[in-house]
Amino acid sequence: MSVGLALDAGLALLASVLALWVVVARQAFAAVVGFVAFGLVLSLAWVRLAAVDVSMTEAAIGSGVTGAVMLTAVTRLRRMRPVAAAERCGRWTRTISIAASGLVSAGLAALAFSPTDPAPTLAPQAAAALPELGVGNAITGTLLAYRSVDTLLEKIVLLLALAGIWSLARDSAWGARPAPPGSGRRDDTLTLLGQVLPPLGIVVGIYIVWVGADAPGGAFQGGAILAAMWILVLMARLADPPAVGRIGVRLAATIGPIVFLAIGFAGFALPGGFLSYPPGFAKPFIIVIEVALTFSIAVVLGLLVLGPPVRGTER
Amino acid sequence: MSVLRDLATIVLVSAGAVFFLAGTAGLLRFPDPLTRLHALTKADNLGLGLMVIGLLPQAEGILAGLKLVVVWLLAQLAGASATRLVARAVRRQS
Repeated sequence: MSVGLALDAGLALLASVLALWVVVARQAFAAVVGFVAFGLVLSLAWVRLAAVDVSMTEAAIGSGVTGAVMLTAVTRLRRMRPVAAAERCGRWTRTISIAASGLVSAGLAALAFSPTDPAPTLAPQAAAALPELGVGNAITGTLLAYRSVDTLLEKIVLLLALAGIWSLARDSAWGARPAPPGSGRRDDTLTLLGQVLPPLGIVVGIYIVWVGADAPGGAFQGGAILAAMWILVLMARLADPPAVGRIGVRLAATIGPIVFLAIGFAGFALPGGFLSYPPGFAKPFIIVIEVALTFSIAVVLGLLVLGPPVRGTER
Repeated sequence: MSVLRDLATIVLVSAGAVFFLAGTAGLLRFPDPLTRLHALTKADNLGLGLMVIGLLPQAEGILAGLKLVVVWLLAQLAGASATRLVARAVRRQS
């Protein structure tokens, strides 16, 4: 027990120090490295809290994909430093943001240090109301009854983020290809890695989605691994990034939500209700949705890392 | 038998931890990027390898043990590739 406590204390301390480092680091690159390390420590903390699913998502999305996006951003910012460096927020902005975040931290600390027994939870009520909610108010019911709606909304948020990144493209570059990730040079080591790792990584990614039904894993974690493999292949210059104007790219990015919504609305016609699966066929439908979502998540995460399309000369 | 198994685990994992400690010390103390990479790879290869071997007797079944070995091999591949890439970047700069 005391060993576990010491480990937890160490993790908490390390996470706090890294979080502080991310904020105070002078260089953006150092801050991003700190952020990635912070995400990995956080995923260990989630394991200690017995939330392995969250831990995997934190490591894959919070640390991995976000880290890659921010590293790309740092590299691109270096090229436009003269414009961006002059900005510094005023004294009042800083005072107010420090006060506001201090207030939130103090509130959270007050809640964390005064635990009620038993801990407040809605789980029993939600479990008791499941049968009625399944047919009652469709949206409230599904929000409580099916975790899948979370996934749908997360997926839509991802699409919005992609739209935001694409909107940074110049008009003349619209519909073109994003720049290849990394230095853009061919490299023997990367070529080897890009040929050896993806077959393994794709199997692992699919396995994590499949096993998500009854063990830690799922569409997001598996999708992030598949996206990483795609990025690796692009980085090794074994393939070119796709032109964002192509209908296939748009379809690949949206096929998950489309399938999800189609099956969801089909519920009105068949068993009566948004997202109610026909009895006996729930599992196949869920698998179809998960597979489509994973594919779209992988494509969108990859496109997020690639960034906005650029003209041929800017590459 | 089980005491022997636990003893092997403790000895091997501790040995692995020593390599991690040495690798970290090297990473912090060595003067230039190439020697720091050299220190880091020792933690990756030997440290993780010894820990995996030490954990093998504790694995539940052959499949779990195989997974541990695959983790080590993948870390080897990633570590070696990343080290080479960083080293190449260093040489380009200097």
